[in-house]
Amino acid sequence: MPIHIIDRRLNPGGKSLENRQRFLRRAKSLVQGAVKKTSQERDIKDVLEGGEVTIPLDGMHEPRFRREGGTRDMVLPGNKKFVEGDYLQRSGQGSAKDSGPGEGDSEDAFRFVLSRDEFVDLFLDDLELPDLAKRKIAQTESEGIQRAGYTMSGSPANISVSRTVKLALARRIALKRPRKDEIEELEAAIAACTDEDERTELLAELERLKAKSKRIPFIDPLDIRYRRFETVPKPVAQAVMFCLMDVSGSMSEHMKDLAKRFYMLLYVFLKRRYKHVEIVFIRHTDRAEEVDEQTFFYGPASGGTLVSSALQAMHEIVRERFNPSDWNIYAAQASDGDNSYSDGELTGLLLTEKILPVCQFFAYLEVGEAGGSAFDLSDSSLWTLYERLRNSGAPLSMRKVSERSEIFPVFHDLFQRRETAQEKTAP
Amino acid sequence: MTERLFEGADWDFHTLQRITDACEEVALKDLGLDVYPNQIEVITAEQMLDAYSSVGMPLFYKHWSFGKHFAFHEASYRKGLMGLAYEIVINSSPCISYLMEENTATMQTLVIAHAAFGHNHFFKNNYLFKQWTDADGILDYLDFAKNYVMQCEDRYGRIEVERTLDAAHALMSHGIDRYPGKKKLDLRAEEKRAGRRRQHEEEVFNDLWRTVPKGVAKSRSTLSIERRRKLLGLPQENLLYFLEKSAPRLAPWQRELLRIVRHIAQYFYPQSQTKVMNEGTATYVHYRIMTKLHEQGRITDGNFLEFLGSHTNVVFQPEFDDPRFSGFNPYALGFAVMQDIERIVTRPEDEDREWFPDIAGKNDVMGVLRDVWANYRDESFIGQFLSPKLMRHFRMFHLHDDPEERAGIRVDAIHDERGFRRVRRELARQHDVGFIDANIEVVDVDLAGDRRLILHHHVIKGSQLNETDAKRVLQHLADLWTYDVALIEVDANDKVLREYVVSPRPIPAAVA
Repeated sequence: MPIHIIDRRLNPGGKSLENRQRFLRRAKSLVQGAVKKTSQERDIKDVLEGGEVTIPLDGMHEPRFRREGGTRDMVLPGNKKFVEGDYLQRSGQGSAKDSGPGEGDSEDAFRFVLSRDEFVDLFLDDLELPDLAKRKIAQTESEGIQRAGYTMSGSPANISVSRTVKLALARRIALKRPRKDEIEELEAAIAACTDEDERTELLAELERLKAKSKRIPFIDPLDIRYRRFETVPKPVAQAVMFCLMDVSGSMSEHMKDLAKRFYMLLYVFLKRRYKHVEIVFIRHTDRAEEVDEQTFFYGPASGGTLVSSALQAMHEIVRERFNPSDWNIYAAQASDGDNSYSDGELTGLLLTEKILPVCQFFAYLEVGEAGGSAFDLSDSSLWTLYERLRNSGAPLSMRKVSERSEIFPVFHDLFQRRETAQEKTAP
Repeated sequence: MTERLFEGADWDFHTLQRITDACEEVALKDLGLDVYPNQIEVITAEQMLDAYSSVGMPLFYKHWSFGKHFAFHEASYRKGLMGLAYEIVINSSPCISYLMEENTATMQTLVIAHAAFGHNHFFKNNYLFKQWTDADGILDYLDFAKNYVMQCEDRYGRIEVERTLDAAHALMSHGIDRYPGKKKLDLRAEEKRAGRRRQHEEEVFNDLWRTVPKGVAKSRSTLSIERRRKLLGLPQENLLYFLEKSAPRLAPWQRELLRIVRHIAQYFYPQSQTKVMNEGTATYVHYRIMTKLHEQGRITDGNFLEFLGSHTNVVFQPEFDDPRFSGFNPYALGFAVMQDIERIVTRPEDEDREWFPDIAGKNDVMGVLRDVWANYRDESFIGQFLSPKLMRHFRMFHLHDDPEERAGIRVDAIHDERGFRRVRRELARQHDVGFIDANIEVVDVDLAGDRRLILHHHVIKGSQLNETDAKRVLQHLADLWTYDVALIEVDANDKVLREYVVSPRPIPAAVA
């Protein structure tokens, strides 16, 4: 009997991927809730690594007719001291509940592991940059090629063989070009023919057919078709996001942590959603500097506070590299609200004159001490200033955050999909 | 001395070939097994998880619930809560066995002996599998099912298909024919039978019967009820079959989906009835083959010890007060009974001669076992072959838990002369699907009135349906039936214990 041994290890994996997607789609709202809950408890970086989530099984329950209760009989192994007629005390209160293992509804919650991609997708679902793609369309790397039917002329590489052969065949049939087997048949008939008259007749016929097949070519240049391609412009919106963070001495570790979490979210969100978004990191004390993301998130720094320095730096960068007529410009600023008293005016001026006119959207996040509810505190100098600006119509969004758990809701609030980002009022 | 099959733990495909050949030799010559052609496939852990989530089958239609199972298995596997099975074997011809690539050479030998010969023989010879499953056709059928579901999704929408499949899955455990249906006779056979009946009547004719008074004639209304039930084939315990044939407003493709789910449920029906025997057979066969290979010197002492280690784990039976206890281990029970049969056949004691007069001392171990494997299922197997010696060995006892009983749970019988038969009967009953599944059947349809479908649940030993689940399942049932559905729970005296009535949910979009 022949035995087949087959190596299936090389078969493409992920056979159940589609089932999994179906499952996630079905459980979407549940999983999304779980993802948000998980993300409040954990470090952002860990969160975005994906991982285990727990969802209530209720919505995903597959019901069956199950029986429960009643008198039960069971045979068990391992009797040590019982004799017939003994009574065992029931353990605890539930007589029906402590039934045999595997019975009952023991799995009321369902834990499973999400991959990084699935997790981030769900995490960032329904977030979007406000008013993206409003301005100019960039020219480079924005042309796609698309099939567009057939053409009579073109380069040999683009010959469509099937179309050409089809046309040639149609033409040959239409013009009644003699087929090869017809000629062969006739030749055989001539060879077999004995009658002289008939033979000449047949020869003439053969001559005619041969001439005809010469006149009508197998493939005519007329038949040849080329695949046609068209270039289509693909609009690519150019956007740049400025991240401004205060790292001065007045920012406690907790505040910095909040700010960094916020930017981490922003960073992941932008990186993932938009191919064509540039990100500029600016951190400032009393001086501002443009840094790379590594330094931005992890580098130590300390000093006084001059918010205007950061705005000035942003303004310079915009002037040098990002022409406002070509770029969508966004900015997000995080600070504890402290600013050197004398700097207020300059900050306001820079913002209204230089920054806000070129910005599509400017988000301000004020971070506070843990425990201190953001609402009790008297407004900080920066908050007062910005609030005044916003009331006079500047495209400015503002939120206060003092707990880790508030980061995501606030972030979500700032960037959720909506028509106009500016309309919502700050809390 | 024969050549070693392998050294150490490593294997390659030539090793597998040699192992399979060696196992086959022992299986066919020494044990006299009769198997389907084998197909052995080596897979990775991920593929094994894939197979888990689609009930072990290599191809299956798509449904979210399989994704859920996959996610669940994967999570517990990653956490190390769950080991993966060493193998999965499919009742098909050729019989496909999946081997995990992580297994050592010894484990592969064990698995090949276990699955490719043990299970394989059982699938091919057991009467339940012969009666209910079509090993040649199952893979083609699954392929058809997969494509059909896919086409339906394209044509009628994923959500519609999902709704139907959800409902069908909920009723899957009640989509099984428990008894082979009666075959329709053709005319010639009918004529023959009528002839035989006439002949019989002539032979036993006695004019006295005419004088026996007849019972009360049935009223017209009873007759019409009976006629209606007969037309609908009621009572019917196969709910899916009933819906497929009689639900008034299902689209043809929905009926076909119900049919697919029903066929698959039916395909797995024998497996649920023969768990102990199936695993017992496979374990017994692998034990015999491995021992033989070791005797022949084809496996080293070290490898054999490795095998014994895994074998012992497989047939480990924790006692009832052990935290690891979770019911009888089918491997342990099945293997123990089969080894015990071997003992009874070759070295019977007086007790065995008394209990098993038919097989005690018969000396043809494989003959007896092959007969057992072919003609029994778990319930009858335990009921017939669990010996007093084995009951003493497992120290079995029977508990009777009546919630009404204040004193507690009664020890009804133990492993002694008075108790052997009762313990054995109870254990057999625990393995009888007739007692495990709820006994639910369609009894009537109010065709003239509101078309309400009426089901009965015959409650055994006061064990009623879980209310939340029952309501959900009935909701699915009502959605398919598209009129009200009533489920009445009745006890043995026809006393109504509880009554559910569920109305169908409105269908959001018109079904094409």
